Amino acid sequence: MNKLVVVGTSTGGLNALQMLLPALQQEFSCAVVVVQHRGKEPGSQLRDFLQRSSPLPVKEPEDKEPILGGQVYLAPRDYHLLVERGNFALSTEAPVYFARPSIDVLFESAADAYGETVVGVILTGANGDGARGLAKIKSAGGTAIVQEPASAQASAMPEAAIAATNIDRILPLKEIGIFLSDVCHQRPRGELK
Amino acid sequence: MSEKGLQVADEGLEDIEIALLLDGVYRYYGADFREYAPASLRRRVREAVQREGVESVSALQAKLLHDTSCLERFLALLSINVTSMFRDPAFYLAFRTKVVPLLRTYPFVRLWHAGCSTGEEVYSMAILLHEEGLYPRCRVYATDMNPVVLRRAREGIFPLASMQEYTVNYMRAGGKRFFSDYYTAQYDHVIFNPALKANLLFSEHNLVTDGSFNEFHVVLCRNVMIYFNKTLQKRVHNLIYESLVMFGVFGVGNKESLRFTPREKNYDVLDAGNRLYRKVR
Repeated sequence: MNKLVVVGTSTGGLNALQMLLPALQQEFSCAVVVVQHRGKEPGSQLRDFLQRSSPLPVKEPEDKEPILGGQVYLAPRDYHLLVERGNFALSTEAPVYFARPSIDVLFESAADAYGETVVGVILTGANGDGARGLAKIKSAGGTAIVQEPASAQASAMPEAAIAATNIDRILPLKEIGIFLSDVCHQRPRGELK
Repeated sequence: MSEKGLQVADEGLEDIEIALLLDGVYRYYGADFREYAPASLRRRVREAVQREGVESVSALQAKLLHDTSCLERFLALLSINVTSMFRDPAFYLAFRTKVVPLLRTYPFVRLWHAGCSTGEEVYSMAILLHEEGLYPRCRVYATDMNPVVLRRAREGIFPLASMQEYTVNYMRAGGKRFFSDYYTAQYDHVIFNPALKANLLFSEHNLVTDGSFNEFHVVLCRNVMIYFNKTLQKRVHNLIYESLVMFGVFGVGNKESLRFTPREKNYDVLDAGNRLYRKVR
């Protein structure tokens, strides 16, 4: 079964993603879904920025868009991004802990829809978003990965995640890329059902 | 349970409980959420379980069926979506430059704002039409399924704290005056100029269960159908198509599109980025 990789980050996330994404080479077969906390400012600069360091195509999904392997999906500004069986869904529900998109919202929906096939990754950030969602992924049988707090630009988010659940791997950024490539290596690409 | 040797369904227990709850609410009250998109619906049901202080979705179902005040809170939870005035300023700018010239050709213009929630985007449209000199010959029908949010929309009272953000949006949307010309601040709220309400008609309408009620030159249904599953989306697309005059304009949210809908071929794209379409066949 193909994995679904969900990544959450806030402060320092641009640098971290810039280092992580190049590790996910073209043969990477999983879908990667990223929530980077962002303001409501219009424009597609964030997507363009991430695309420059990503061998995989980066896009902001539309409502009900099918989830494909070998793609990086970025949560659009001012929406929550949720995962359903086979497709994305968007919502303008109230921000959760001041964040829309919220990491918890994405992670919880991923755990609900895909259970043990989900790999949750928490990177640098200065608040506690994602901790609850990562715990949900663990309790649904998925895998929890957290960036080593000492190597994170802001350690609060990794620390909150570590405090919230049993983490499978606490790794420096570089090794997270290797771990993900390993998990998703050489599986046939396809639509996530 | 499985440890007792009984066969347990593949479907999760919570999925079954939610389906039963929605079925009960529909059969008893006629409120139909059975074809809502599952992920955000599940979030809200869980939130209701917490807020109502009950143990499970099944317990929430019992409370909903026996206590109408619980139902009202549930409906509010399902229907309030948080929006802002001139949300996506570029959309309003495109509306000014690409739709307004089309509307000038009509002696009388009917607009339908479907799923207007607490009305922020309706007042935004009223301001835009006013500045373009079109408002006196427009009727804006603003509908929502929930009478509670409609009451708030009708009042036109919004938190003062939001005005800074809305002012920036207004300017980016091509606003021609001072945004503060349109409201009066009082304590921590503002009330919008009553003249803006003159041609607004707020009324209850449920896209799931109600049909078309007029012919419109413009239908805006932004970030409403994202809460529906694909089957229901198709039905609502048909409903809106039937409610538009030929060459009428249809606007959806920034991350919605007509792709994969049965009506895609009936529209021309007026502005791709801002999701404005025109009915042409």
